[in-house]
Amino acid sequence: MRVTVRLFARLRDLAGSGELVRDVTAPATVQSVWQSLVQDMPGLRDYERTMSVAVNADYTRMSAPVAEGDEVAFMPPVSGG
Amino acid sequence: MTPLVAVTPEPLDLSALTDAVCQGAVGDGAVTSFIGLVRDHNQGRRVSFLEYEAYEPLAVRALNLILDESRSAWPTARLAVHHRIGRLDIGEASIIIVAASPHRADAFAACRYVIERVKQIVPIWKHEHFEGGDVWLEGATADPTDQEAREWARRIASPERSRGACA
Repeated sequence: MRVTVRLFARLRDLAGSGELVRDVTAPATVQSVWQSLVQDMPGLRDYERTMSVAVNADYTRMSAPVAEGDEVAFMPPVSGG
Repeated sequence: MTPLVAVTPEPLDLSALTDAVCQGAVGDGAVTSFIGLVRDHNQGRRVSFLEYEAYEPLAVRALNLILDESRSAWPTARLAVHHRIGRLDIGEASIIIVAASPHRADAFAACRYVIERVKQIVPIWKHEHFEGGDVWLEGATADPTDQEAREWARRIASPERSRGACA
């Protein structure tokens, strides 16, 4: 199944793109989407312990399920304000 | 009409936001505001300008969550917050917060709470351009369910009340 991956800030720079369409095996979780991503882009792996994740613009956990067409976001530590 | 919550590339307008919060209110005795500005130095570097990036729909959602949290801690306070994104030069405002309430203590506390929580959980990032390079700044791992972080912000915002609660 197909999902859209969103990457921000330094994660976006490392990946060379802020938006990627990815095919992942169903049933998928945020974790399995991440695993498939870092397999292709091992440089992202440093963020595994400090990043936040969201599905369809809502914060969630790595164990959350992901469905066809979902937008899955991986975000480095924030620095707004 | 000025929305109470916004993430925008446009320059921020404190006066319009203050009007939006205070409109029609006759019970308010205090209005406080916070303006975050782009500084010309950071961690020993001479900053040229900042670029702010946001995951906009989630940033707006997180800002609304923060206002809800703040309202439940200080029920008399009415609040608004705008965050700017895109390129900002030195001295420009990156965030404005307005809090109004019948008494000053709640207005100050609610305003402080909002900025501390913004730094904890709103998906916005600073890309700092300085003399000799550029760097993405990374602060807190955003987790809105982290009770400890929320309590920390509450203590910072209202130290008097926290002391009272412990006594």
